[in-house]
Amino acid sequence: MENKQQAPDNPLKVNRRHFFSQLSVGIGSLALGSLLIPDLFDRGKDPVRGNPIGIPHFAPRAKRIIYLFQAGAPSQLESFDYKPSLLTRMGEDLPDSIRKGQRLTGMTSGQESFPLMPPAIGFKQYGQSGAWVSDYFPHIARIVDDICIVKSMHTEAINHDPAITFFQTGSQVSGRPSMGSWLSYGLGNENKNLPSFVVLTSRGEGNSQGLYSKLWSSGFLDSKHQGVLLRAGKNPVLYLNDPDGVSRSDKRHLLDQVSSLNKLHLAETGDDEIESRIAQYEMAYRMQMSVPDVMDISREPEAIIKLYGEDCQVPGTYAANALQARRLAENGVRFIQLYHQGWDQHGNLPNEMSAQARDVDQASAALIIDLKQRGMLDDTLVIWGGEFGRTNYCQGKFDPANYGRDHHPRAFSIWMAGGGVKPGLSYGLTDEFGYNILENPVHINDFHATLMYAMGLDHERLTYKYQGRRFRLTDVAGNVIKELLA
Amino acid sequence: MKMKWTGIIIAVLTLLTAVLFFYIAGDFMGPEDSYAARKLPEKVDYNFHIKPILSDNCYTCHGPDANKRRAGLRLDLEQEAFGELEDHPGSFAIVPGNPKKSEVYHRIYTEDKNEMMPPPDSRRALNAYEKKLIEKWIKQGARFERHWAFIPPKKEELPVTATSGWIQNEIDAFVLKKLEDNHLHPSEKAAVSTLVRRISLDLTGLPPGRKELQKLGKDPTEETLSGVIDEFLSSPAYGERMTQAWLDVARYADSHGYQDDSYRTMWPWRDWVIHAFNSNMGYDRFLTWQLAGDLLPEAGKEQILATGFNRNHPITQEGGVIQEEYQSAYVVDRTNTFGKAILGITLECAKCHDHKYDAISQKNYYELYSFFNNVDEKGLQMDAVQAAERSFFADPPYITITASEAKGLLSFVQLEEGPPVKVMVMNDSMPRETHVLNRGNYDDPGEKVQPGTPERIFPFPDSLPKNRVGLAKWVTDRNNPLTSRVIVNRIWGMLFGKGLVSTSEDFGVQGSLPTHPALLDWLSVDFMENGWDLKYLLKKIMMSATYQQRSELTPELKLADPENNLLGRAPRFRMNGEMIRDYVLATSGLLNREIGGASVKPYQPPGLWEETNAGGNRGILTTYVPDTGDKLYRRSLYTFWKRTLPPPNMTIFDAPTRDFSEVRRQKTNTPLQALALQNDIQVLEAARVLAQRILAKGPDPREPVREVFETILVRSPGKEELSTLNRYYHDALEDFQNGLRNADNLVAIGEYEQLDTDPSKTAALMLTAQIIYNLDETITRE
Repeated sequence: MENKQQAPDNPLKVNRRHFFSQLSVGIGSLALGSLLIPDLFDRGKDPVRGNPIGIPHFAPRAKRIIYLFQAGAPSQLESFDYKPSLLTRMGEDLPDSIRKGQRLTGMTSGQESFPLMPPAIGFKQYGQSGAWVSDYFPHIARIVDDICIVKSMHTEAINHDPAITFFQTGSQVSGRPSMGSWLSYGLGNENKNLPSFVVLTSRGEGNSQGLYSKLWSSGFLDSKHQGVLLRAGKNPVLYLNDPDGVSRSDKRHLLDQVSSLNKLHLAETGDDEIESRIAQYEMAYRMQMSVPDVMDISREPEAIIKLYGEDCQVPGTYAANALQARRLAENGVRFIQLYHQGWDQHGNLPNEMSAQARDVDQASAALIIDLKQRGMLDDTLVIWGGEFGRTNYCQGKFDPANYGRDHHPRAFSIWMAGGGVKPGLSYGLTDEFGYNILENPVHINDFHATLMYAMGLDHERLTYKYQGRRFRLTDVAGNVIKELLA
Repeated sequence: MKMKWTGIIIAVLTLLTAVLFFYIAGDFMGPEDSYAARKLPEKVDYNFHIKPILSDNCYTCHGPDANKRRAGLRLDLEQEAFGELEDHPGSFAIVPGNPKKSEVYHRIYTEDKNEMMPPPDSRRALNAYEKKLIEKWIKQGARFERHWAFIPPKKEELPVTATSGWIQNEIDAFVLKKLEDNHLHPSEKAAVSTLVRRISLDLTGLPPGRKELQKLGKDPTEETLSGVIDEFLSSPAYGERMTQAWLDVARYADSHGYQDDSYRTMWPWRDWVIHAFNSNMGYDRFLTWQLAGDLLPEAGKEQILATGFNRNHPITQEGGVIQEEYQSAYVVDRTNTFGKAILGITLECAKCHDHKYDAISQKNYYELYSFFNNVDEKGLQMDAVQAAERSFFADPPYITITASEAKGLLSFVQLEEGPPVKVMVMNDSMPRETHVLNRGNYDDPGEKVQPGTPERIFPFPDSLPKNRVGLAKWVTDRNNPLTSRVIVNRIWGMLFGKGLVSTSEDFGVQGSLPTHPALLDWLSVDFMENGWDLKYLLKKIMMSATYQQRSELTPELKLADPENNLLGRAPRFRMNGEMIRDYVLATSGLLNREIGGASVKPYQPPGLWEETNAGGNRGILTTYVPDTGDKLYRRSLYTFWKRTLPPPNMTIFDAPTRDFSEVRRQKTNTPLQALALQNDIQVLEAARVLAQRILAKGPDPREPVREVFETILVRSPGKEELSTLNRYYHDALEDFQNGLRNADNLVAIGEYEQLDTDPSKTAALMLTAQIIYNLDETITRE
């Protein structure tokens, strides 16, 4: 049998598979296809309906997202939501009129009293915007006019696993695609040599909670949209490195044999899947170069190292990952997800929090400054925050020098920068106890709707039909908070 | 002159753009014209033509969900659709036989944006073909029928076909009829080597041995083929292969999941599943024991062990959780698993509201939920650290299995000498009142409910006890329309890459329709008539000419039926991760065929558990310490399954996390798969060992390359294939011998003992084997 297929009489009648196999042979056609229409090859099960139509839905503000996830949930009361009245009420019991029956985790539900605990650290106002920032975050304090602080985030989850799953997938129950997967599905990939969704993890010394691969899973979407964990060290992608004794040219020679034998079999079977396999082997070969390249910071100038802090030269630290995030963004990666573990301060908060903040403060600010000086902040949306907040009352023994705070879902703070978000804005207001939201609540679904909007996507239209239902990142809720956008 | 060329170039570009645009437009929305031209069926069928349109476009506001219903109109029920419209007295949505008098007709054809249905802001729209279908259906009398999957299956008369020479059994009659209707022909029979490899992979998950190949000879008769199938079916590897699929369905894992994700000992339950498949327990009984073994009159330890099925779900150990919330989550998991795994219905939507499409009410959901809500479970009482210190790996209720029991009554449990093992099981010792949970919230109970099943599927007979035994009897009742269809469809999917119903997890209104409904029904009834006998079913399908076809895509088939919905050829599809790894181990001779026992830890890239664990030493699964020796080469279904970080060489090939029941895996094709096959130690070591074994056979084996090829691919190489590989082998050998490349590090890969072979030859042959392990054909079931 000949390798070439017979040309059908009427080119308008053929389906897309044939269209592209006619256009050119092999890998070129696949690349062409996906360049022309992102995700052409991923139309899902229903080619006529139920797929994103005409993407992006409107002009995007941001092209990519860097999500600096602070896993474990940093205290809003020691970071961005300044509540001086807690100082005067120190030790008083949280009034029932404020708690309003909020369910508590098993860690404090047995406590007889809920003594209010003021922040362990001072706050000051910064910048033109006059935003309050705690002394734990001196570097972030200096960029407050570039960031937008949301003090009115809220969630329903009170435990880490469901809460973090909610943030990453829009549902507390596992099994849904992660945000990064949705964006990869909706917007495709900008760089043919790197995955569109990558994940980097680091850990501080504070009390930490586990991470799980389901957080960057593509759920029911095609697994090519799943987050690829880039690991510190010599083997950044699983199985990336060839064994000792196989050089780059040896590998090329070996793959050429694989490819030519695959082509023989393609001619015999006529199965396009083999063509796709050949293309995937080529992509893998390119990744063996492109991934180490993008991860190699040896040519970063001294000024950049200084900006992010010396830690950025130590692989696996938050600072190194933040610098890495910028490099990945430059290379067109759509969604860059960082996790920094260690923010679960049930006890020993003053000590742990200052150490955690030291891990992330300088590098987080550096990333914003660095993106800005490269002109990339305009189309890169950076998000900083955890999965819920922490209680205004003390967990365990009342000791101002060494207290803890339990999980608090009803109000907490995150910040965003770039990507069309209004700089210098403080959004939302909590009561004087820092317990309830008084103005402009932002639910996780709203947060997702808003950042999709910034990426040019209508969260109600980016759907995927699975198990008889159209799923969205925002499930059945979510409003775009336009006030957050410039 | 220049102008002319520019003109031509512009013209060509314009044409290309136009073609492309047209093509893209067709892909995204389809120009109206192409739909308008489509031929309408002679008889419009409600289930196969109309309901998919209504369900997808109308039910959201005019369907079963009372809360979202608009204008008091529902189109899913005949009576209501034919009734007078609340808002328009004297008007009717549908007047059978008379489209012009039917409001539906006007609403779908109108251009008026205020009248149009579906409304423009719903982001739904009917195309011209769909509109015409509805019109014709109304004209033909607008007959409503029950959802196809809820009508009990019947064995229809076999269809009469124009030719009959190809037909080997009943299956073929259904398939051939459909092919003839589409003016297509079935494919020829596959080559013997392909067929044996196919049967072997399908039944055992392993490549065939030379023995089976020789037995069949060049031209196998029906009898010899039947004999070979029987042999595969009676090999213990059959039970392992079937179990591997059931572990996804039953969300089996060796860890609790959630935050700390520490150790649990459910593996004796997995050993029971292997035993059940190998002893060919009827599927009805297999389900009954797993659902309700503890409540049976004959309940012994084996039956109780089987109920571990209900306890395979994740259990949280996170400090500070509200146990009541999670207790409810566990019951929800059992209920959903029952729906998806056994009934082929996704129930979870009805947890929070009436099911929008499937006529399963929220009340129905909690009636089912109540069957699983009486277990004396406490939630893990210790966090991962305490649990590890006290070796407490099970949440009550559990049974304890001792080494001596594992030698006697429970001899299928591969428990070595040592302490007894605790396996979580089901009981009904804490009867709870069940309420509808408003919006699915555990702390917002509503109406009280009794155990029951969705009446629209099949009413719960009064004679049955309202407990899990009754539920098991209901589900395995010959009149239950789903159970047999669902498993038959999954078995079909195992052998054909996809089921006759391609959404094998969803037989509801929103699921796909069967490509061959009469065939599915015939097989489902036949399966029940033959005692729910899985081996019988598998063999029935395998003895059909349909199954035995070649898998090559002829240009004709490729054009007419690229998705192979008409079954004019056998499918080719990538093996799953377990099969690929087992294949590599088996062909290299490394495979350790020991059955059952505690899960093992083969090679895994270092650091994975350590990087993501909860820090410190929370629990005992914080660091991954690979096993050594024989345990590195066990079949993949014994690989330790940690939910939050499942084995990467499985997940890269689309294995699910096992956080919940999954009945079908994707079959993707990604660069990470290419990297895993090239650089996973497990594969490299296998290539090395295979090379050494062949070289060790004699001082100078004549054709080592041919031997590697035949061992891996179970066929003789073609001329060009052999010359390509031989050339590669000799080039590489020369490089190693000349010192241009260093063989030492390469051949040192893997723990397995080194044979005394020439390093240069070993390295060259190892890389040749590595080429073959990376071929599409090797990892494909053809």
